[in-house]
Amino acid sequence: MWQEQLGGIYQIALKDMKTYYLKPPAISWGMVFPLAWTLAFYLRNPVDFAGLVPGLIAMTILFSTTAAEAVVINFELRLGTLERLLLAPLSITSVLLGKVLGGFLFGLLMTVIIAAGSILYLGLRPDIPGLVLIALPSLMVYSSMGALFSVSVKEVFEAQTLLNLPRFFMVFLCGVVYPVSALPEGLQLLSRLLPLTYTVHGLQASFFPGADHVFFQNFVILLIFLILFLLPSIHLLHRRFS
Amino acid sequence: MPQKNAIQTENLTKRYGDHLAVDHISFQVNEGEIFGFLGPNGSGKTSTIRMLVGLSQPDEGRTTILGYHLPAEIARAKRYVGVVPDVSNLYDELSALDNLLFMARLYGVPRGEQRSRAERLLKSFGLYERKDDRFATFSRGMKRSLTIAAALIHEPRLLFLDEPTTGLDAAAARSLRSLISNLQEKGLTIFLTTHYLGEADLLCNRIAILVRGKIVRIDTPAGLKRLVQTESLVEFSFSGDVSALAGNLGSRLGEAEVALLDESRVRIYGGDPPRIFDAVFQFSRDNNIGIEAASTIRPSLEDAFLKITGISPLVMNTEKHSGKEKEGRQ
Repeated sequence: MWQEQLGGIYQIALKDMKTYYLKPPAISWGMVFPLAWTLAFYLRNPVDFAGLVPGLIAMTILFSTTAAEAVVINFELRLGTLERLLLAPLSITSVLLGKVLGGFLFGLLMTVIIAAGSILYLGLRPDIPGLVLIALPSLMVYSSMGALFSVSVKEVFEAQTLLNLPRFFMVFLCGVVYPVSALPEGLQLLSRLLPLTYTVHGLQASFFPGADHVFFQNFVILLIFLILFLLPSIHLLHRRFS
Repeated sequence: MPQKNAIQTENLTKRYGDHLAVDHISFQVNEGEIFGFLGPNGSGKTSTIRMLVGLSQPDEGRTTILGYHLPAEIARAKRYVGVVPDVSNLYDELSALDNLLFMARLYGVPRGEQRSRAERLLKSFGLYERKDDRFATFSRGMKRSLTIAAALIHEPRLLFLDEPTTGLDAAAARSLRSLISNLQEKGLTIFLTTHYLGEADLLCNRIAILVRGKIVRIDTPAGLKRLVQTESLVEFSFSGDVSALAGNLGSRLGEAEVALLDESRVRIYGGDPPRIFDAVFQFSRDNNIGIEAASTIRPSLEDAFLKITGISPLVMNTEKHSGKEKEGRQ
């Protein structure tokens, strides 16, 4: 039974990659946007570009996973194709996990391209296991966050518009561009409530040996965020079909 | 595998807030039959089908599908059930072949059989030449056919067809009806919801008539028609629009009932034929509207439906186009 569910999750993720993710809009949001953003900072200060790489990877993780995830569920609800998935011998939870896995896989692809390119171009030597330990749960966290926004609203455009708020908020508050320690105390407190802070912190630790190696702590906090996003998403999708 | 009937429901009930969409309905569908679920828009057909296929939960009642108890065993039942929703909801971005292969994988069709089954279905539905074309490029009839093919990819034993021919041209609808008959010959049990009375008459072994969430009658098409066979039925075609004058005509006919078939045609049920003819000719003179044709007719399923529900087939057809989307979202 569980093998059937896992198979279904995988097939939904593959199908979503084919139908939604490997398309120009998702690729532009997932890869081009973080690249353009980083280029702007590089042109301002080319000397310290290596310091921006963890932030660039974090942005790629955030934007690539949420690029289409925020809309695909709502889109399929409107077209009736999500109901088609639920007619198969799959649970609602499996269908949602399939959607989240699609965002995860696309994010992984984009992140590998950006991370490998940056590392090779700049000759960096990150702690690869540490980087993986932070990147993988982060991909799941933001994909689940996209799913939560998607199932929380009724219109496709609402999800994308609403999601822009935390996305840009996090880019400024979570250490992507400016160190969290340089923010006013109130904003520092706020940044601790945002998952991207722990992604950036963990990635910085994997790139710069001088930084605290707090992988496990960031990993656990990211898992908590994953649960906080995933469970309400499943609940809301169940409610739509109750 | 446990099994008695293909479908058995007892007191199945669904509420949406204060609205009772399905009101304690009980019926059974025998294996191998085409069971029609007939009713006007908003009568609860789609709500019932959604509960039977596990897309929504009943508020009350018990259901078994192929011997599996719902909702506890819905995942097991789904392996043997195919569903064709009222909208053709495959993936626009995928080709016809890829859509079928995706469905085959979702239903766990053995890897070695997926492609052969998909290609066999594409051939039998006349879509093989278009197998690499995207679903979005298909005509409405082709989309409907591929949606049915997708519901058959895992070789179900029970097929739910929700308004399968709505929106199709006459030729496509005829071809689809022939396909549905062929599926029954292959042993499939088919649960068919439709607004088309003629379609139900042609295809179904038994028909349940649903009005405002309640089943008001279950019988064979012949059994339903027998209800009106003892009455006289007369049909008149007028040279002008009489839709605003139906009440006036009805008041002249005593116990006989008038049903408006379209703006210039009426059918009169019951009463004494000579008196009906006299009254209608007088109505024609009084309103200065000519009579183009008058005939006594054999009772059809439409007549039985009107007799049982009091709903004109004209109203059914009007609602079919105006309110369909609304019901689909129930």
